[in-house]
Amino acid sequence: MARSLTGIGLATTEDAAFPAARGRRGLIPVLSVLLLFGLWYLMALLAADPQLMPGPVTVLARMAAEARSGELFFHLGTTLARVAASFTIAMLVGTAAGLLMGRRRLADELGGPWLVFFLNLPALVTIVLAYIWIGLVESAAILAVALNKMPNVTVTIREGARALDSGLSEMATVFEVPFGRRLRHVLLPQLYPYIAAAARSGLALIWKIVLVVELLGRSNGIGFQIAIFFQFFDVAGILAYALAFILVVQGIEWGILQPLERRLTRWRR
Amino acid sequence: MAALTVAIGEKSFPALGAAARRHVLGSLRFTVEAGQTVVITGPSGCGKTTLLNIVAGLDPRFEGRIEMPEVTRIGYVFQDPRLLPWRTVEDNLRLVLDGEKEEIARRIADVLAEVGLADAQQVYASRLSLGMARRVAIARAFVVRPTLLLLDEPFVSLDEPTAARLRRLLLDLLATHRVTTLFVTHNLREAIMLGDRLIFLSRSPARIVSDVVVPLDRAARTSEAAIESFRTRLGELPALLEQGLTEPTS
Repeated sequence: MARSLTGIGLATTEDAAFPAARGRRGLIPVLSVLLLFGLWYLMALLAADPQLMPGPVTVLARMAAEARSGELFFHLGTTLARVAASFTIAMLVGTAAGLLMGRRRLADELGGPWLVFFLNLPALVTIVLAYIWIGLVESAAILAVALNKMPNVTVTIREGARALDSGLSEMATVFEVPFGRRLRHVLLPQLYPYIAAAARSGLALIWKIVLVVELLGRSNGIGFQIAIFFQFFDVAGILAYALAFILVVQGIEWGILQPLERRLTRWRR
Repeated sequence: MAALTVAIGEKSFPALGAAARRHVLGSLRFTVEAGQTVVITGPSGCGKTTLLNIVAGLDPRFEGRIEMPEVTRIGYVFQDPRLLPWRTVEDNLRLVLDGEKEEIARRIADVLAEVGLADAQQVYASRLSLGMARRVAIARAFVVRPTLLLLDEPFVSLDEPTAARLRRLLLDLLATHRVTTLFVTHNLREAIMLGDRLIFLSRSPARIVSDVVVPLDRAARTSEAAIESFRTRLGELPALLEQGLTEPTS
């Protein structure tokens, strides 16, 4: 009969152990990256064809050269701006739709078939149709990318909305907690894990689609550059731009996503 | 006008899957005077929580009506504490308060002092023991200065010394704040200790079996002997309650 809630959150000693654990955790990813570069170096040596299989040194040198000329930052910046715009739209609209579908049965039944449709619509089709219907413009590119990501966000957030604690909602209702405060303190904290999951997978998916959009209908950005390098079989150039973007995304992960997550889950420790 | 009028005709839960339609509350009519503490007691599963949820406005799917003054602030202590684990004790109380910053801070400090949690203000709710969490839940119900207080077995699943301490705390709070209270429990001693009136419910569909005044003063309410002697005066009611508790409900 006796139900105890005490065991869940009383881990006070972990706070002290945390910095040490962090130090250990930092070392393994570094070794892992070094291993990857080592394998790449070996493969380049074996291939012995710097044109088709350049080694890491060649690629890094190329990256530095592109950075010095300003080309890299221009195209990287353009692509990043497109990623940011479509990411924001996809997250906002996808989250709102997911919340609605998770909480309202009518919305779920109405939106369900749409969700299946958009989840299974190939990215290429959305992109080509957006360019045909809207034209070869920036808004078409961003809309096409956002539309590709939106259904994934909706599905994830819908799961979160279904798992919301109805007891806490009742509490907020009885105590007449105003909507804004309710959203910020009751609703969103329950959704953070789902929003974080959607954001993380979203960033990776979106930048890949942005490159296709740029390849098909834009005259700048990393996708456009890669199309040009493709025509010259310039593998070093392709890898230099891809690597640069991966570094940026990793920077966002370490610099923004992880610190944010640590802050939001502080109460669990 | 009474502080609370309950006039329920019927409450049922619709059939769900294999479970048949459940007729939980029968005809229930009673009033609660301002400042009075009415304890609702009855066998497990007789619809006590359902009754509180109806009074709180959480469940409008019933036949009948509930009346209370136009301006009624409800404080509800649920069976589980229902705190936000990701917020501190202080922020859990701030959630339900409106007004000036200083005024809110003062009220929070006052109520936490009253429930003996003055030094737990900055602790995350996820780190509280159940006893402490229940005290915060009680503080949250009082901090809104309720005109109607609802308590749903707030001391269930606590160890006896802690439960006894919290019962005395609640007795003091009710004496200080004189708030109209509906208290649900199936613990008869607890009911006698805290109630001005006891309402005994039957098994579901619940109806009122008996409505008894408890004429004990403050000193008698903390005396085991006085409570036991009142219990024996209730005649066969406690036995009926026991039966309801132990017999499997069909």
